[in-house]
Amino acid sequence: MTDASPPQTFQMDGHDVAFTPGQSILTAALAAGRYIPHLCFHPEFTAHGSCKVCTVKVNGQPHASCTTPARSGDVVESDTDELTQLRLNLVQFLFAEGNHFCPSCEKSGACTLQGVAYELGMTTEHYSPLFPDRPVDASHPDVLLDFNRCILCELCIRASAIHDQKHVFALSGRGITKHLIVNAESGRLADTALALSDKAMTVCPVGVILRKRQGFAVPIGERRYDHQPISAVAVGHRPKEDGHE
Amino acid sequence: MPTSLDTAPNPETLRRIVIEPVSRVEGHGKVTILLDAERKVQQVRLHIVEFRGFERFIQGRPFWEVPVMVQRLCGICPVSHHLAASKAMDQIVGATRVPATATAIRRLMHYGQILQSHALHFFHLASPDLLFGFDSDPAKRNVVGVLAAHPDLARHGILLRKFGQEIIRITAGKRVHGTGSIPGGVNKRVTPAERDELRAPLADVVAWAEAGVRLVADLFAANRALYEGFGTVRSSLLSLVAPDGALDLYDGVLRARDADGGILFDGVRCADYGARIHENVRSWSYMKFPFFAELGPERGWYKVGPLARIQNCDSIGTPRAEAARQEFLARTLGTIQHAPLAYHWARMIELLHAAEVIERLLADPALVGDELTATGARATTGIGVIEAPRGTLIHHYEVDADDLVTMCNLIVSTTHNNTAMNEAIRQVARQYLDGREPTEGLLNHIEVAIRAFDPCLSCATHALGKMPLAVEIVDAAGALVTRLVRDGESL
Repeated sequence: MTDASPPQTFQMDGHDVAFTPGQSILTAALAAGRYIPHLCFHPEFTAHGSCKVCTVKVNGQPHASCTTPARSGDVVESDTDELTQLRLNLVQFLFAEGNHFCPSCEKSGACTLQGVAYELGMTTEHYSPLFPDRPVDASHPDVLLDFNRCILCELCIRASAIHDQKHVFALSGRGITKHLIVNAESGRLADTALALSDKAMTVCPVGVILRKRQGFAVPIGERRYDHQPISAVAVGHRPKEDGHE
Repeated sequence: MPTSLDTAPNPETLRRIVIEPVSRVEGHGKVTILLDAERKVQQVRLHIVEFRGFERFIQGRPFWEVPVMVQRLCGICPVSHHLAASKAMDQIVGATRVPATATAIRRLMHYGQILQSHALHFFHLASPDLLFGFDSDPAKRNVVGVLAAHPDLARHGILLRKFGQEIIRITAGKRVHGTGSIPGGVNKRVTPAERDELRAPLADVVAWAEAGVRLVADLFAANRALYEGFGTVRSSLLSLVAPDGALDLYDGVLRARDADGGILFDGVRCADYGARIHENVRSWSYMKFPFFAELGPERGWYKVGPLARIQNCDSIGTPRAEAARQEFLARTLGTIQHAPLAYHWARMIELLHAAEVIERLLADPALVGDELTATGARATTGIGVIEAPRGTLIHHYEVDADDLVTMCNLIVSTTHNNTAMNEAIRQVARQYLDGREPTEGLLNHIEVAIRAFDPCLSCATHALGKMPLAVEIVDAAGALVTRLVRDGESL
């Protein structure tokens, strides 16, 4: 019966995008091969629209495309100078808020934040960096937490709670002092139930949750975004197990 | 400290000349010269004015990040830091025997860097002084001038550098700041196709390197009094040598000679460097002053780098470079050559040696093997020593049980040469400035002496910066008499 009915579509940047009921604008666009920059979205978890990088205009109004249901006949703007500039500003805020030193980061070349920044044409932080003091947590024998790079996407929180059923991660504080914490009285990762096999180990879009002693094992030329920009990888490749997307 | 021109008794009464920054060197430094009312030189200092702090901010970082992070000390010799740190981290991960393939790839990376760095220094930075004269027209005294007057020479210099950079790209992933070397080995194979790509230009590379040696040897022969006397100061020498005494720039034991060539120590394990080398600080420079502990800070300073290496070793294991070394040694009839300008000759001999070593490595079946890493029992201390283009490079780390670095000590090639460079420019000041009105050409003599050492001032302060130059002449009352400003090439 459904085979006979015409596909439902909305229009994005002048192109028809087909969708099935229940899809968001973002998931429908990605499935149709149309990239919308995003950071806190992961296809296996409920979208919560917090980073706002995936913001599009729907019939002229801004909406987070990851949480906005696709509707037939809507007119969506995504690839516009205005939205690109707004997304760039958001990403620059994130770079300025944390300590993102790509030159020595083992996630470089496979980092979603870096990939989105390149996609948006970011060449400078623009804003004065805050240089927050965030010591790493190296207490776990197999996992390093480098809070310097956290963008508060909450993917590890969602993965640990929903998939792993462990609730290892949470956010604490408000506003500029909001930060990632772990669920242990001591505050140390070693005293949590985190295991290498956890889903939470695989979802960090930046370089916060790291397998110890594995950094730089993948040579330049073989990293996720070495040959294709994130816009191509996100719509053309199946997700790898060792990282985001 | 070593000589009378280190500290003047009444500096406030003297006229002060500042060369800032020193040009055509890597990094940012300045020279101050104090003259009395008769223009007699009273004090000369090479100041390293930038602070970087790598030793501090590497603390608290995971050890596997270190070989990548520390190479940001430098854009010219990052491979040296990359490899010295990797060698230290080999010890941390217990890789007592790094696989032959990984060692061959690292050696190839290292000799590729030696070749490109030496080519950069000689052809791009130093050759304008040597080809055109120290006080020649500054508008032409640069690499563009060399391109106009000696196009083949300049082209070969550029192509030599390109070849070295290609080696680094293939072994490290990028021409600058790659990630190829990791604790315990390397992360990237060299494929037979990549090896063959590097083999193709080898004959030209060796020929250009030989021509480079010939050029400096001929310049030396034609201007012997100048080349042997300019800024010459006697000192001890330090370098790594292979266990059999041969030149080895990647690994070995520490050997030191006194100014007459007698052995001060030999066969010292790199891990024991701390018992032999101590460091002093001075209030006027961010660069430390190392010295041999047994001789003390007054007499224990020494030279490192090409001039030290080719005289400290017993032989060079590649025929063309050894023949060139014998010609070099024949000039001094068995005594130690201390002339700063002889660094250029020694540097070209090493460039030729690097080309020959690269040729050998590219013929070694181990290079294209598949075993890339090794691990073993964890350790808490890692000390990696390598002969960087500019001299002995020491990386020392302590790593805790949580895998974080708790201590980092770096003694960088240029730092070893700190006193030697200061003494060389004091000697040049005595020889050329005393009693004369400073001119751009005369002040360039000071820079020529510094350049001979090929200092990397960025590395040495563990700095970013270009090399514009400002020379201020201030009278005895402190009033500015003249200020000359240079940005990059022309004054």
